[in-house]
Amino acid sequence: MKAIILILFAISLLNISISNRLRGFARLLTLQGFLLFVLAFIQLNEVTILNLVFVLLETLVFKTIVLPLFLDYVIKKNRITRETEPYVPYFVSLLIVTVIILASFIIVQQIEGLSGNTLFFIVALSTIFTGLYIIISRKKLITHLMGYVVVENGVFILSLAIGNEMPMMVNTGILIDLFIGVLVMGIFVNKIGDVFQEANNEYLSQIRD
Amino acid sequence: MVFGYYFGLALLIIAGLVFSRRTQGHLILLGLFNLLQWSLTAYAGLHLNSGTGFFKVDALAVIMLVVLSILATTSSYHSVFYLQHHHRLHSTPERAQSLYYAGLCLLIMAQTGAFLASHIAVTWIFVEITTFAATIMIYHERSEESIEAAWKYLFVCSVALTLAFTGILFLGIAAEEAGTVNLFYDSLVTHAPVFNAFWLKMAFLLTLIGYSAKMGIFPMHTVTIDAHTVAPPPVSAFISTTLMNVGFVGIYRMYAVVARTSSFTWAKHVLLIVGMLSVFVAVVYLVRVRHFKRMFAYSSLENMGLVAIGLGVGGLAYYAALLHLIFHSFTKASMFYQIQQVHQMFRTYVIRKTGGYFRNYPAGALVMLLCFICIAGIPPSGLFISEFLLIRAMLAERIFAILVTLLVLLTFAIWALGKNFMQLIFAEPDQPIGIQSETLNPIHSLSQFVLLGLVIYLGLNPPPQMVTLINEAIKIIQ
Repeated sequence: MKAIILILFAISLLNISISNRLRGFARLLTLQGFLLFVLAFIQLNEVTILNLVFVLLETLVFKTIVLPLFLDYVIKKNRITRETEPYVPYFVSLLIVTVIILASFIIVQQIEGLSGNTLFFIVALSTIFTGLYIIISRKKLITHLMGYVVVENGVFILSLAIGNEMPMMVNTGILIDLFIGVLVMGIFVNKIGDVFQEANNEYLSQIRD
Repeated sequence: MVFGYYFGLALLIIAGLVFSRRTQGHLILLGLFNLLQWSLTAYAGLHLNSGTGFFKVDALAVIMLVVLSILATTSSYHSVFYLQHHHRLHSTPERAQSLYYAGLCLLIMAQTGAFLASHIAVTWIFVEITTFAATIMIYHERSEESIEAAWKYLFVCSVALTLAFTGILFLGIAAEEAGTVNLFYDSLVTHAPVFNAFWLKMAFLLTLIGYSAKMGIFPMHTVTIDAHTVAPPPVSAFISTTLMNVGFVGIYRMYAVVARTSSFTWAKHVLLIVGMLSVFVAVVYLVRVRHFKRMFAYSSLENMGLVAIGLGVGGLAYYAALLHLIFHSFTKASMFYQIQQVHQMFRTYVIRKTGGYFRNYPAGALVMLLCFICIAGIPPSGLFISEFLLIRAMLAERIFAILVTLLVLLTFAIWALGKNFMQLIFAEPDQPIGIQSETLNPIHSLSQFVLLGLVIYLGLNPPPQMVTLINEAIKIIQ
């Protein structure tokens, strides 16, 4: 079951690399959020009310519902054109993400002493690298924000792979931080959209020596 | 419990600042916050090595808290004048003003939390909060440039801190394999000798890269430098001093874990390389810099590079590094407070368009001269003492090639700084100055004289309490 979800997650990465519509990208993030929910639910060691509420809040409410709606709102408010506008052709992106996944496979195989969690690590690493790749290869700031969310998803999978759980207070703190982070970034994309004609990084190169 | 009260009260004051629209209300709340901050600092000073739960007072935290509280007071004071001046020029909306004060208090609170945290992820949470608080204030001037700098700061810091969090998770794997599940620093340090070297090295590298965005060292130094270009000077004074100390504390506590293992020599080399690269990059840009605040930012990069080298050299250099952090904080803060007055006189930060400061505003020029003496490490500056100790430690460790390279680079840095400071203080200005003499009151230079006086006094005559505290703080990594 875990394996199927993780593989689905890896496939969603390939999908992200070729998604040419912003809305499509946001839908894929919804899918990822849902997959993370199922994964976290299976991975729960003990089902207490507190744990359950927390996982529900983090994955289902935040990653699956609130975040994509918020992204839609930002896209609509700024009348951002629907293309994702990458610097490289989609086909090359697809190739690069495939290479990232393969490389993650090879890297994780080299590490000794991973107790049965190999697939988690492979998917986590490829998600983080894919997120970073999306950030550097897309022009619009909203896609940078979405890339950041992908990186966060990767870190979330990594944290699931580690049995070692943080205290609940700490977990809550981390969740609130990430939530505020995405929210503030979205607000800034709005501000940038108000001031410049379009929120993309070509306008953001005034400061230099 | 005390810490709970502190954070509760601080959050109440911040909420009050957000919703209050009157300048008078802001000032009262700001005063209350400073009182709260000093009470906590006094409590921490009196209860060394106490604390429960996620917060613990140790020597390092006390040193950083005292520096933070001193600069919090001076920055609050200068913020009031900055906002008045800015309001006269651009008539900022009331809302921006409340957000500024709220951001200032949030930044101070988050830094306090980061210094006191005893759990590796709690430190991370507070460091992330400092990013939001700093972003609010970098955005304060509401210009196109400030949007750009704020966005870059927010985005790059967030991505960098995500990497740092990955590092923490890797450390979690190492801890799990060693048979422990908690990530409190005390427990990490005890279990460190049996940690898997691979995970530990990865964790160290990733936290170093992540927190380097805060400490302002290579490789993530660019964000802080861009932020300085537009941030209000009292905020720059924070970003360049105590916020760098926050990054330092994050790296230092991680270093303390690595110091117990066989990977220690490797970590030392990493820090040496990072430090040397920081100094090198800083000097390359210092030589051709045209903007005062960027020059100060590159000078911070250089000084933080020296601190990283200090950590990498070890022995006596640990002491030098901590001393350097304290003195650098006071000196750099003074420079930013004074540059605000320079801006009031010349309405620009461009070095070439300034000059004749001494003739028009002797008190400020004296501050600038003292700042130059202090930052360049010319005796009797405290930074001379710390740099001297660092060089002695490097001689003792027999790393001559690095030492010679470092000294050559520092010579260039001093030349560049001197050239630009002298331009401001003595040169004939290109164009007549539009002096706003009524706004330039020598009383605004008073705080800088006090801070620079501290740098010189503490360097020549360090009080025994400070020496004990620094030695205690070094014991964390020994």
